[in-house]
Amino acid sequence: MSGPEISRRTLIRTTALGLAGATLNLGALGRAFAAQDLTVGVVYVGARDDFGWNQAHAVAIKALKEVPGVKVVEEENVPETDAVSKSMESMINLDGAALILATSFGYYTPFVVDLAKKYPDVQFRHAAPLWNKDKDPKNAGSYFGYLNQAHYVDGVAAGLCTKTNKIGFVAAKPIASVLSNINSVLLGARSTNPKATVQVIFTGDWSMPVREAEAANALVDAGCDVITCHVDGPKVVIETAEKRGVMSCGHNASQAPLAPKGFITGAEYKWETIYKGYAADIAAGKTPPNFLAGGYEVDFVRNTPFGAAATPEAQKAALAAIEGLKAGKPIYVGPLKDNKGKVVIDKTYGNLDPFLDKMDYLLEGVSGSTT
Amino acid sequence: MSDAILTVLIAMLGGAIRVSTPFMFVALGECLTEKSGRVNLGLEGTLVMGAMVAYAASYHTGSPWLGVLAAGVAGSALGAMHGSICGLPKVNDVAVGIAMMLFGVGLAFFFGKPYIQPTAPRLDSIPLGFWSDNVNLKSALQVNPLFFVGIVVALVLAWALRNTRWGLVVRTVGDSAPAARAMGISVNLVRLLTTTVGGFLAGVGGAFLSLSYPGSWNQGLSSGQGLMAVALVIFARWSPVRCVYAALLFGAAGAIGPSLQSIGVTQGYYFFNAAPYILTLIIMIATSSATHSARDMPGELSMAK
Repeated sequence: MSGPEISRRTLIRTTALGLAGATLNLGALGRAFAAQDLTVGVVYVGARDDFGWNQAHAVAIKALKEVPGVKVVEEENVPETDAVSKSMESMINLDGAALILATSFGYYTPFVVDLAKKYPDVQFRHAAPLWNKDKDPKNAGSYFGYLNQAHYVDGVAAGLCTKTNKIGFVAAKPIASVLSNINSVLLGARSTNPKATVQVIFTGDWSMPVREAEAANALVDAGCDVITCHVDGPKVVIETAEKRGVMSCGHNASQAPLAPKGFITGAEYKWETIYKGYAADIAAGKTPPNFLAGGYEVDFVRNTPFGAAATPEAQKAALAAIEGLKAGKPIYVGPLKDNKGKVVIDKTYGNLDPFLDKMDYLLEGVSGSTT
Repeated sequence: MSDAILTVLIAMLGGAIRVSTPFMFVALGECLTEKSGRVNLGLEGTLVMGAMVAYAASYHTGSPWLGVLAAGVAGSALGAMHGSICGLPKVNDVAVGIAMMLFGVGLAFFFGKPYIQPTAPRLDSIPLGFWSDNVNLKSALQVNPLFFVGIVVALVLAWALRNTRWGLVVRTVGDSAPAARAMGISVNLVRLLTTTVGGFLAGVGGAFLSLSYPGSWNQGLSSGQGLMAVALVIFARWSPVRCVYAALLFGAAGAIGPSLQSIGVTQGYYFFNAAPYILTLIIMIATSSATHSARDMPGELSMAK
């Protein structure tokens, strides 16, 4: 009695499995044929609405989602460990992502590089200039914005707004991109106000809210009446400046709502230019470029719309500076000395010149030290 | 030059007042818990949870003081959870504490997501610098009422531990559980209550972080202050009043790094940023004494056994 029953059950089970298998196969085939549908996987290191680095990316991803035929899967708070490999693999295997955007510095080696080797059909792009064309897989790549150009515009406006001629800068670590932002604020401010100086306080790490607030307070105590910063989440710095009744310039994303009285403008990334470009390339059947870097001239950065503290002259000067940058007008007009008196920039360099990427000095006019 | 020194001194005063409060509350809470013979390492999670709940409650009700209360209640809940788990047989309080820390932080991040963007009403400070013309001094003397609440709590706690029957019960449970049992005291109940009250205080400390200074809710707000405060209890040798001194010292030392840079001493800021830890070490070495620590430490603490 039991024999035929089992076999009937087995039969049903096998058929069901077979049907399911067939459906799965059909699904896979369907996906392969619908080539114009692109799934993009995005990993963030923090919260998408952190008023900082992650928000700048999330704003761009929101714009990317509106492109027809593009589907986005996102995951936030992914640490720069093994966890990011797991997130990216599940996006590839379960969601069918064909383009992965890894938005945090520490994701690149070894995680992005290793996965790019494992999945040669998937494109990986990482938000820092780390891709090496000799060593790294051809389906990986880097994109980056020269935010210092937007900080230069901050400086241009701040130079005309400040009354004490002192601009305060809360910085995380003395690495090239941070130093370039500080120096660009100074050069921008000096272009409209030759008496302007910049005072820097380094906090020593990317996210130290209490120390950032202390640093902003110390800068205001020292007489700075415009505060700007380069830390992961500028929320605390801008709010502290507003609380102390001084002006502020933003960083990474728009912090304008945090400072209804004192906001001038801010340096923002415009990642959507890059993300939409990738989607268009893939839709056209092309491989997106492996290395993208630039500023205003390629529309990769922008400035936050002017806040209440931006005077009409400051707005006019800032808009003129933006036009100049779009046309490629250089920021670093040599020769320039560092704040120890040594000539560090011998001649005028273009805004994307690799010479400037090696910056390890603060220019004359900046009070602060890199060590 | 004297102006520069004055700037640093004012900054240290301001730092002591601004930064010390969360340390003070967490350390006082932990001090009470440890007095009853239990360690709650989960207070970092309680602090972050308190910060989130305070901000959310203040945002929804429009009253920052309700936020402070809500943070205390949330902290009590986490404390009670730690207390009741540790009341089970053969449970290690240190291990549970670490789990509770991760739980509290994770829970706060999960529920706190919608509150990163909105702006909640903050606690107002009392301008105690009205008599001075010095703008910096005026701003340094913007004192939050919670700072004074913390000092009062420390004094009351010190007095109650020494002079009341309740204090005696807590100390007995902390020094010798068998003796307490012989007296007919429920050891677990006392520890559950002290951990709950400790959680309440730590939650209020978190409310200070999000509603006063730095005064906003985001992830990474605490950056380890809850754990440091637990260490401060050992540094303060289980005395509530010394916890206040330790918190003030820590706050003042933390202001040294940024303020030195602001007056132009820019070399070696990594060293000056480490000032709180270096100072703590120096004072610990200078005041260390084998007999004292043996006398002050509650005998039932798992690190004492």
